[in-house]
Amino acid sequence: MTNRPSGTKTVDPVRAGILQKERHDRGRFVGLLVLLLLGSVASVFGACLFGRLEIPPWDVLKTFLATSGIVEGSEIDATWKAVVIHIRLSRICLSLLVGVALAVAGTVFQGILRNPLADPFTIGVSTGAAFGASMALFLGLGSGQVLGFGFIPLASLGGAVAALFAVISLGRINGRLRRETMVLAGIVVATFLSALISLVKALDEESVSSIVFWVMGSFQGRGWRHAALALPYAVAGLVMIWINSRELDILSMGDVQAKQMGVHTDRVRLRLMIGASLLTAAAVSVSGVIGFVGLVVPHLIRMSMGAEHRRLLVLSGLLGGIALLWSDVLARILLPGGEELPVGVVTALMGGPFFCFLLKRRGAKVRI
Amino acid sequence: MIRVEALCCGYDKKDVLKNLSFHLKRGEFAGVLGPNGSGKSTLLFALSGVLPIRSGSVRINGKEISRISMRARARQMASVPQKPEISFSFKCLSIVLMGRYPFLSGWGGYSALDVEKALEAMARTETLHLAQRMITDVSGGEAQGVLIAKALAQETDILLLDEPTSSLDVARKIQVFDLLKQKNSENTTILCALHDLNLAALYCDRLIFVKHGKIVLDGSTEETFNDENLSEIYETDVRVSRHPVTGSPQAHFVPGFKAASSVHGHVLGRREPVSGGNSSDYG
Repeated sequence: MTNRPSGTKTVDPVRAGILQKERHDRGRFVGLLVLLLLGSVASVFGACLFGRLEIPPWDVLKTFLATSGIVEGSEIDATWKAVVIHIRLSRICLSLLVGVALAVAGTVFQGILRNPLADPFTIGVSTGAAFGASMALFLGLGSGQVLGFGFIPLASLGGAVAALFAVISLGRINGRLRRETMVLAGIVVATFLSALISLVKALDEESVSSIVFWVMGSFQGRGWRHAALALPYAVAGLVMIWINSRELDILSMGDVQAKQMGVHTDRVRLRLMIGASLLTAAAVSVSGVIGFVGLVVPHLIRMSMGAEHRRLLVLSGLLGGIALLWSDVLARILLPGGEELPVGVVTALMGGPFFCFLLKRRGAKVRI
Repeated sequence: MIRVEALCCGYDKKDVLKNLSFHLKRGEFAGVLGPNGSGKSTLLFALSGVLPIRSGSVRINGKEISRISMRARARQMASVPQKPEISFSFKCLSIVLMGRYPFLSGWGGYSALDVEKALEAMARTETLHLAQRMITDVSGGEAQGVLIAKALAQETDILLLDEPTSSLDVARKIQVFDLLKQKNSENTTILCALHDLNLAALYCDRLIFVKHGKIVLDGSTEETFNDENLSEIYETDVRVSRHPVTGSPQAHFVPGFKAASSVHGHVLGRREPVSGGNSSDYG
């Protein structure tokens, strides 16, 4: 920098060093990817060991082997099989799916809104989805289907999209969407919609299930049926996001630069918003509002791997799945009396302090 | 290369550019000068397709800009903003690689060739040593160097720059403009909005003065850069002399308290801040 040579000549070792560091980073990504993949498989089976009914680990393993047809399973206790496969495993797979959905949605919301404090919960989209779902239940459309897809997630999607646009228009001051006003608008919308959910619930005790379920989030009594309900929406959301994932990086440069680099910013942002709303709707329609997974997980990955969105999306999804899966195990076993906590309580207890840490740290470090 | 005819555009109800026309030929190095809020940034937004045109036309190589796809446009024109506005901690190399985005095809990522070109661009702006650092951790001047490298990685025939060096120190400014001059000698057409009159006079072959959204003066640096023109456009007393080394014209400003008695009658009148929003706040 001090002397200014023509600039075209460079020392090759420098570039070789950079390329080597790039390879090293890629290696780290692949390593972490493999670790998280193995971790999620191990978690799915490991979490099956926990529960009210004490089943020896060896018998849990035998149940898996018997059910998958690897070992002849005549000596397996039918009750244990029912508990392990239909109660535990189903709920574990569902929490994994919801965790993936929330973490990926959080990553996308943070990316498109250029707001590190955004996630489906803080910007009110989750509560919007919960409101949509409870309205559908209230109107007696709970078991309805549209083209083979469950109606509840569709109603959640409607609620999520409506809440998202409400928050964006509320948070926009003088044409600029500021980080803090956006989160404030999210709180306003979420609080208002929570009140509406309570009102709907008060009007009709029967059809809308426990208010705690929608507001704090829980997997109690959830199983394969719910996983099947949410899966198509989650997959649609993931595909939509992946197709536009490269543009997520460019959107981080701001709209003007992104347009100058050839990105249809409005079109891409709309697609990504719909994708993230699909994921949020899928998650909320089967588990209610679970906060902090979508906020904390992308940050943890970004801190260790940088902000490149393709890597971020994959790793956040896996870590989110694992994190929510174990949060749910904690929710099941934490209370001594056999009572269950809503899983949203567990994620809030762990994620809340982290959110405060982020707020404090950002104040000192970030320039905009 | 770039032909602008009767261009009008603006934000909301306000028309910022009114009936602008000029023609930029291949290989020209033109500076856009003018007081604050005159429409310099707006002009660059209109040329780069960020701001829709209200009337008139902008043609790139004979083709109307609104009919060129955004990706094709990004392969012809690269833009450098005043300062980076990057919201997450990307590695500097990743930022420069984004310059290769208009060349990506299918669903794949950036290729080894893209990385090669990104590194080449970083070498030219002398930011290679920053490749693995986070853009949020480097200084403003370094980040600007990275953004210029990103624009170079786009490998375009046209470079549009919006006061690219306004936040840089003198050495950095000269470094950036030396590089631009070199790109210009390789037949890159450059249009650069500038505040710094002397920097413009040192490097630009042609100066386009914009004021109140109109072109008030357009010509070669030698023809346009003189006492009367500058004093009138900037509404302050400006004297021009020759640069001791290069011989290019250089402007000198006469302090207001002296000028009040000798040249103009109303000091207070021109000390008022320029009214109206600065167009560079857009976005």
